[in-house]
Amino acid sequence: MTPLLEARGVSKAFPGVQALSNAGITVQAGRLNALLGENGAGKSTLMNILSGVFPPDHGEVRFEGRPVSFRDPRAAHEAGVAIIFQELNLVGGLSVAENIFLGRQPLTRWGLVDRARMNRDAAELLARLDMRIDPTILVERLKVGAQQMVEIAKALSFDAKVLILDEPTSALTEHEVETLFGVIRRLKQRGVGMIYITHRLDELPEIADDVTIFRDGVLVHESTYRADDRSEYVRRMVGRDLAELFARSSGTRGDPALEVADLTVARPGGGQPLVDRVSFTVHAGEVVGLFGLMGAGRTELLEAIYGLHRGRCEGTILRDGRRIQVGGPRDALVAGLALAPEDRKADGLVLGLSVATNVSMASLDRVLRHGFVSVREERHRAADAIATLAIKTPSADQAVGALSGGNQQKVVLAKGLATEPKVLLLDEPTRGVDIGAKREIYALIDRWASLGMAVLVASSELPEILGLSDRILVLAEGRLTAEFRRDEASEQSVLHAAIPVRRASEVVA
Amino acid sequence: MTAPSSPSPSGALSMNRDRLLSLIVRFRSVLALVVLTAFLAFTTDAFWTEQNLQNVLRQIAVNLCLSVGMTLVVLAGGIDLSVGSTLALSGAVAAGLARSGIRVPQWNTLVEFTPAGAMLGGILTGLVVGLANGVAVTVFRLPPFVATLGMLGIARGLTMLWTGGNPIHDLGPAFAYLGNGRLDAIPGLGWLPMPIVVSGTLAAVLALVAERTRFGRGLYAVGGNERAAALSGLPVAAIKRRAYLWCGALAGVAGVLLASRLNAATPDAGEGYELDAIAAVVIGGASLSGGRGTVFGTVLGCLLIGVLNVGLVLLDVSPYWQQVIKGLVILAAVALDRWTASRR
Repeated sequence: MTPLLEARGVSKAFPGVQALSNAGITVQAGRLNALLGENGAGKSTLMNILSGVFPPDHGEVRFEGRPVSFRDPRAAHEAGVAIIFQELNLVGGLSVAENIFLGRQPLTRWGLVDRARMNRDAAELLARLDMRIDPTILVERLKVGAQQMVEIAKALSFDAKVLILDEPTSALTEHEVETLFGVIRRLKQRGVGMIYITHRLDELPEIADDVTIFRDGVLVHESTYRADDRSEYVRRMVGRDLAELFARSSGTRGDPALEVADLTVARPGGGQPLVDRVSFTVHAGEVVGLFGLMGAGRTELLEAIYGLHRGRCEGTILRDGRRIQVGGPRDALVAGLALAPEDRKADGLVLGLSVATNVSMASLDRVLRHGFVSVREERHRAADAIATLAIKTPSADQAVGALSGGNQQKVVLAKGLATEPKVLLLDEPTRGVDIGAKREIYALIDRWASLGMAVLVASSELPEILGLSDRILVLAEGRLTAEFRRDEASEQSVLHAAIPVRRASEVVA
Repeated sequence: MTAPSSPSPSGALSMNRDRLLSLIVRFRSVLALVVLTAFLAFTTDAFWTEQNLQNVLRQIAVNLCLSVGMTLVVLAGGIDLSVGSTLALSGAVAAGLARSGIRVPQWNTLVEFTPAGAMLGGILTGLVVGLANGVAVTVFRLPPFVATLGMLGIARGLTMLWTGGNPIHDLGPAFAYLGNGRLDAIPGLGWLPMPIVVSGTLAAVLALVAERTRFGRGLYAVGGNERAAALSGLPVAAIKRRAYLWCGALAGVAGVLLASRLNAATPDAGEGYELDAIAAVVIGGASLSGGRGTVFGTVLGCLLIGVLNVGLVLLDVSPYWQQVIKGLVILAAVALDRWTASRR
């Protein structure tokens, strides 16, 4: 049987990184192909190629047996290949029906939008998918899960034959995930072929028919899915011993550098606090891992320590045993804290400015001479950072936006380090970074700790936390639920502590 | 698959051509200015004369002040639509103080001002307007476009109130010196008109401020990515306020220069000048979304507009067409900018 969609021998390079080399995937009608791989394995790159965002350097894409190359996402859409990105593309101020039929609303005889018919058509479409959503409600008033349903309905209104879902469950509640899986099953019955990108293996038994695994941009495995092969899949994804990736030298633990007591961050608008009476200590020379699932409060905890939740935050913070009041990032930096935020593009970097300016941004005082920036000193420091962190850039004057994800992340780290901090707060330091850069970042973290820095690393990637940390703190729903020493922690024990115990009041439809 | 080709003579040649092209693109404002000046110098008799060049510089001086101040605001991701009105208010205050001082009824006394004191009063007026803009944007969190649009009306109205709607003239030779005199004090540079000396100096100072001070670096960071700037410990609100403050103060200087040159302050002075200032900033390569641009670029943009203005008059182009051509130049400059940015 001819596959619905097939990509073979696909390669794609970006400046400084080979994102895909000789990768491929096959989608059959009525089947779901789970595409697995770590961050930076090339999954998103392939999706962008399949949906016409950019063309491959080499390789072929066949749709219904014919070679195709979609000019842009719209062309792919019209041919029947639709993609649901992690970030949803809906207009919040328009109704569900208006979003579904955006740009092709049915018209009346007079050339005006025929609202009655549009709402009727939308209601019909939603009902066919068994989605209970009012087509006249504004999209911004829907929860994320429901918004995703609207995106799927929109894709199907184009008669999509192939649907690509990019980590669709990452922002969904358990209940919403169940609804999504119901829709996926119905789509299969209707002959829609799907690519489902995820790194949550536990979701697969319910929905997967085939499995495809990428590692470092290369296709390393494809077969029909078998639940029994789970550990084999994990091995293929990671592709090496964890021990090889992480080299945590056992350092000497110093005095407490950061002590947090009863830290609470209120949820804006009330409800269960984002961070709930959390207390812990990080010692000099120690790497402490902070693990938690999505929404557990990892980011909020780091941000609160860094002074970003002023006014909504209670509790005490001690630096080297002395109580500090952190009213904002400036205070935090003065107290010897530095934060490398999770979203480097939104929070970490000014993409249009050079590597040198970004590196010196938080520590400009150190390059001022008589009140003026010494360009020579600034370049000197940038060159240092480029060398120590092995940042791959043509020069210190290169705009940061042109660097690869891994190198951008290193610039974020360099900016934090330039403030000569005693405590480093790292939020997802390897998100969206290729495996080579990951290993380098792990080595750097290890080195900083052995130089006496206290490092607090928040991550949602379990292997990373297990491999990197001397101690592991686990958060669930804002509460500290467990603490492990490196030798006591296992994947099961940490994960178990991270899964919230659901209370009846919280199971909201 | 083709093997990577070895460097060849033709490859080297095209490399050179690429580099030449990129140099042309990089210095396009300078190039456009030189070409335009040369064209005017050869095609008209009147352009390349000492008298005319001095006039060009004199005329440019006011817009230079405004557009350099505007650059700081634009770098920080804002905009200031009120500079034309601020100019008028500052000029009127300076003229009023110089001519009749302020009567304080409670004390039944008249406070009189020297010309220099009156000018300082005008500049301070601009600074206060700028501060008000900064507070509106950072404390009351109004969008810059709206805040300064409001101020455009307020400052113009205050000018009318202060002047009673009539021009204030006959301010005396000392007051008129700044706008009409030359730099006689320095031998060799005696031909330089004072207004351009003032605004040129200010432009140089602001270029240094923007490129080499903590505040200047803050402007680029805040305009480029406000959240990242805040997380880097930068005082975002204070940086924005200072940008508006500078912009207002420079509009004050522009107002004083204009009043001095005309030896009078008119209540409708500076109407529409904000658009010329924004045009100079944009032609100079700054991005209205913030974080990109230089003071030097703005100076070039300003010179280009000034020479174009004079040139079109000398070439006897009808005033209607002059507007069309200036509009086209702005569009072309920004389109070229976009195009080179997308190729980078």
